[in-house]
Amino acid sequence: MPVDVLTVEDLYFRYNSLDVLTGISFSIKKGDYIGLVGPNGSGKTTLVKVILGLLEPYRGRITLFGNDLTAFSRWEKIGYLPQHIAALNPRFPATVGEVVAMGLLSKKRFPKHMNRSDQAKVDSVLDILDMKRLKNAPVGELSGGQQQRVLVARAIVNDPEFLIVDEPTDALDPEMRDRFFEIMQNLNKERQVAIVIVTHDTGNIGRYTSKLLYVDKKIVFYGSFEDFCESREITQFFGEFAQHVICHRHNQNPDCPSGDHGTN
Amino acid sequence: MELTEFLRYGFLQRALIAGSFIGILCSTLGVFLVLRRFSLIGDGLAHATFGSVALALLLKMSPLYVSIPVVMICSLGILRLTERARLYGDAAIGVVSALGVAGGVMLSSIAGGFNIDLFSYLFGSILSISETEVFISIGLSVLVILMIVFYYNELLSITFDEDSAKTSGIKTKSINTLFVLLTAVTVVLSMKVVGIMLISALLIFPAVTALQIARSFKAVMLTASLTAMVSVVSGIVVSFLLDLPTGATIVLINFFLFLTGLTYKRIIKA
Repeated sequence: MPVDVLTVEDLYFRYNSLDVLTGISFSIKKGDYIGLVGPNGSGKTTLVKVILGLLEPYRGRITLFGNDLTAFSRWEKIGYLPQHIAALNPRFPATVGEVVAMGLLSKKRFPKHMNRSDQAKVDSVLDILDMKRLKNAPVGELSGGQQQRVLVARAIVNDPEFLIVDEPTDALDPEMRDRFFEIMQNLNKERQVAIVIVTHDTGNIGRYTSKLLYVDKKIVFYGSFEDFCESREITQFFGEFAQHVICHRHNQNPDCPSGDHGTN
Repeated sequence: MELTEFLRYGFLQRALIAGSFIGILCSTLGVFLVLRRFSLIGDGLAHATFGSVALALLLKMSPLYVSIPVVMICSLGILRLTERARLYGDAAIGVVSALGVAGGVMLSSIAGGFNIDLFSYLFGSILSISETEVFISIGLSVLVILMIVFYYNELLSITFDEDSAKTSGIKTKSINTLFVLLTAVTVVLSMKVVGIMLISALLIFPAVTALQIARSFKAVMLTASLTAMVSVVSGIVVSFLLDLPTGATIVLINFFLFLTGLTYKRIIKA
C-alpha cells in the first residue's frame, strides 16, 4: 500500500500564548491537488511552515512520505514556493539562472556544485515558463510577475513529488496566472505530484484544485468540492451565499466534474 | 623609487602577500555578510578582538593565538543570543561588542594602562608583520576560502532565502555556525592589516563596491576580491611612499573605489 505524502496528527501551534493552530489532523495522498484556504490570519502559512519544519509545533506529529518530520531527509521530494514578497530581496545580485539552480541543491551531495546536466534542467524549466531569454538577467531587474515566475521555476526544477505553493499568483497577470495553473495541472495529472496551493482567494481556487482544506485555526472542512458544496454544516458556517460563490466558480472549470452544487 | 627596488624590502613583500590574501578573504566573506544584513558583526567581533588582544598582552602571549579562539567563542555567542535568547542580530552584536571593549579596557587597566602594542593592533601594522604571521595568515586564509568554495551554493541559498534553503535539506544551523566561525577567524587576521578600528571597512567596502557594478553573484564575488586586492596593495604602496598610516590609507582607497563604482552605476543607468 503506498504511503501518504503527508500525515498531520493532532497538531497544535502557538505564538507566545496565542493559539494559531489547534487539533489539526489530515493526510495528503499522491496525486491530491488541494486548495488550502481560509481568511487572513487563519494560520494557513503557519501550517505550511510547521509542515516543512520551519516552525516547531508544541504538540502533534507530522509524517512526510512515511518518515517522521524530525528524521526526514529526502527533501528532494519537496518543492516549496514561499510567499513572493517575503522571499525575494529585490537588490540581491543573482541572475535568474543562479536562483533557479538553488532548487536543485537538495538532490546534490557535498560539495554541492552545479554541472552541465543541472544547467540543462534549469534551461528546460525556464523554457516551460517562457523565461529562457532572461536566464542571465539579474533577478532584481525583473518585474514582480517575472520574479514570481523565477520562484516558481526554482520550486519545480527538482521534479518534486510534493509541491507546496504559498499565494503563488498574487503578482501574476491573468495570462500568466492561467499558465501557472496549467503547469500545476500538468504536474498533478501527468506526474501525480501532490500539490497544496495556499490562497485566500476562496472564490477562485475551486476552478483549479480537486480538494479543499479550509482552515481557520482549526480545520473547518477537508474534502472534495462536491462534498463541500453539499455539506449542510458548511452552509451553516459560511452562509448560503458564500458557499454558492465558491461552488459556482468551481463549476466553471471544464476539467472538474459538474454537478448541481451551490444552488441551495 | 623603482618597483624592483621597492619590492626588495622584505617587510613590504610580507605585507603585500599577507595583505592580498586577507583582502580576498575579507571581501569574499563580506559579500555574504552584507547581503545577510550582518555587516556589523565585523565591528562587533573587532571589539571582542580588542578584549582578546588585551588579554594576550596581559598574559604575554601572541595576540593571534589568543584572539582566534576567544573571538570564535564570541561569534558563537552572537549566534546563540540570536537563536536562543531571540535577540535581534544587531542587539546581539551590540552585547558582545560592549563586553569586548569593557573587557579590553579592564584588562589594560590591570596591566597598567594602554601601551604601544595595543595601539598597533587598534590601527593596524601590516608593515611590521612577521614571517610566522604571514604563514599563519596565508594558511588560514586559504582554509577559509576553501570552505567558502566548498559551501558556496549552501551559503548562496541561505543568503537568498533561509526558509527555502532549509526545505532544500541544507543544514542551515550548521552552515550558520560555520559561517560565524569563519568570520571570527577573518576578523582576527584582518586586525594586522587595517587594525581593529577599521576591520569592518575591509569586510564591507569591497562588497558594496562590487554590488554597484556586478550583475551576477559570481561576478560580485570576483569584483569584490579584485577591489580588495587593489585597495590593499595600493594602500600599502601609497602609505609607504607617502609615509601615511597603512590601515587608514587602505580604507580611504576603498572609499574612493566605492565612489567610482557608484558613479559607474549612475552613468550606466542614465
